[in-house]
Amino acid sequence: MAERIIELRDIKKSYGQVYALGGVDLSVDRGEVVGLIGDNGAGKSTLIKILSGVVRPTSGDILVRGQPVTGWSAARSRDAGIETVFQDRALAVQQTIVRNIFMGRELTGFMGFLKVNKEIEEARRLMREIGFTSKVFTPHSIVGQLSGGERQGVAIARAIYKQAELIILDEPTTALSLTETAKVFHFVRQVRASGRSILFIGHNIHHVFDIADRFVVLDRGKVALTTDRSEVKSAEELINFMEDVAHPGGLPGLHDGGETEQRAR
Amino acid sequence: MSKAMEPDLQSPFSGSSGDTVGKEWRHPSDHWLRGFVIDNRASLGTLAVFIVMMAVFMIANPTVFTTWYLYSSVLTTLPVALFVVVPLVFVVTCGEIDLSFPATMGFASWVFALVVQAGYDPFLGIAAALVTGVLLGFLVGSLVVYGGLSSLIATLGMNFLLRGLIQIINEGRSMALTGLADSSAYKIFSSQVYGIPVQIFWAIAFVVLSAMLYNRHRFGAQVKVVGDNPDSAKQMGIDVKWVRVKVFVFVGIGAAIAGTFSVMINFTWWPTAGDGYLLPVLASVFVGGTPTWGGIGTVAGGAIGAVTVSFIQTGVVAAGLSGFYVQFFNGLIIILSLLGHKWNQARYR
Repeated sequence: MAERIIELRDIKKSYGQVYALGGVDLSVDRGEVVGLIGDNGAGKSTLIKILSGVVRPTSGDILVRGQPVTGWSAARSRDAGIETVFQDRALAVQQTIVRNIFMGRELTGFMGFLKVNKEIEEARRLMREIGFTSKVFTPHSIVGQLSGGERQGVAIARAIYKQAELIILDEPTTALSLTETAKVFHFVRQVRASGRSILFIGHNIHHVFDIADRFVVLDRGKVALTTDRSEVKSAEELINFMEDVAHPGGLPGLHDGGETEQRAR
Repeated sequence: MSKAMEPDLQSPFSGSSGDTVGKEWRHPSDHWLRGFVIDNRASLGTLAVFIVMMAVFMIANPTVFTTWYLYSSVLTTLPVALFVVVPLVFVVTCGEIDLSFPATMGFASWVFALVVQAGYDPFLGIAAALVTGVLLGFLVGSLVVYGGLSSLIATLGMNFLLRGLIQIINEGRSMALTGLADSSAYKIFSSQVYGIPVQIFWAIAFVVLSAMLYNRHRFGAQVKVVGDNPDSAKQMGIDVKWVRVKVFVFVGIGAAIAGTFSVMINFTWWPTAGDGYLLPVLASVFVGGTPTWGGIGTVAGGAIGAVTVSFIQTGVVAAGLSGFYVQFFNGLIIILSLLGHKWNQARYR
């Protein structure tokens, strides 16, 4: 059996009286792509923030490679080999590409001074690795001057720098063009081929279906379904399942509406 | 499927050109001079303002502006401002402001004066002043950061509070330190070398070191990122609060040095020591080209801004105008600089 990179046990998170997560179990094994899907407000973002250490759970256990961790934080998460590409990309737009790639992880030598040349060299290598090169910008370019896809490239380059064992991609294809989306997919396959893991979060179930080995459906702060890809025939089956979970007993016209739309096309 | 898509995947991030993969990453017009000008346009703009201003002064009164005495007097007092302008560039870059530095100057120099008056070596006094500066900077920073207060108001409050404390205890009395002139500390930090006030060399060293800290050190890198996007910095594992506290501590250190130098110039400590520096120092930071919104800034620009501001007063009077013009020209230079920088810098979001 593959090594378990991270495991969440009975994670609860409440904001005041409101439960964002009401006891979630989730695990990611080495070399697998887990697709996390769920409606708006299902708790996906909270779950990601807990995994990346930005938010602390109200209760529950986090196990890294089978060992329970204490004092979980963003820095600890990164040390454990978990890198997150946040939905908003978490870039400092007035800084250069280099400074963003090495944010919070600056390459330093004597007395904390930056190894500037080493950083530029590494940035060049990373950008080339993911096919993110251009005549228009250099590692010294300001991120604010880049397009949405190019910014995503910077965020991804930052995530792969330390050979992370688990990369969390939060809605990585939102607001990207078709070629840029294809690039992200290509990247996900590359990562899996190299034996590392990905947690892929997406609104677009077709995207998630194409790429994941295993699906976790989140609904109102609970895991509604965990299933292997082999057990699901099509993306439609997943969509139908999610609709059933969201509206038990069926919502009149909902399935029907989808069909009408298809027929209209 | 990936085979079929391969051609499309070669360079989706690179825009129109499809043959860039593997090539060197270079701007077509990537000339070193062009890069230098673009990277330093804020401080170069400030330098231009300074040169134009000095040219106007020299034309207005060539005789006074070619005498060394004028420059010597500016070079004596300018260092005091530089020691606080530079750390303030860090604070503003970090997205905060610190108005408590005048009181910190007064407090730290008071400790220095007490130690010297008690008969100890001035070097010990400087060490005590530095410790005081660090502690006060930490106090002010912790109050703002961990107390979650607005730095504008909280540091203003701390300025009044600390200054009030000094006044209450001293009841307005100053301290004359007559023995200071014979000490070795005075010779090292406050004498003259070939007619040049030695303070300026210390100030230049401080500016250069701080510029390296700002541009080439992890501290500067994290200060900029925190000022730019604190949420991202936090997500990337940076201890945002601690970085913020550290910039306030840096101001405390700068203010302690500045206060000590001002006492060594005058051989006297006044309970108001540092008070007059509040507005000129703030003006210097923004005249220097550090924007108010955080994330970017320039140490070199701030230093040139300080030079500009300290020449205005001397210059206006020396040019033959009455002292009434000083305020007017102060304001004029500030406004012109801000307009110039606004045109000069783009704000990315």
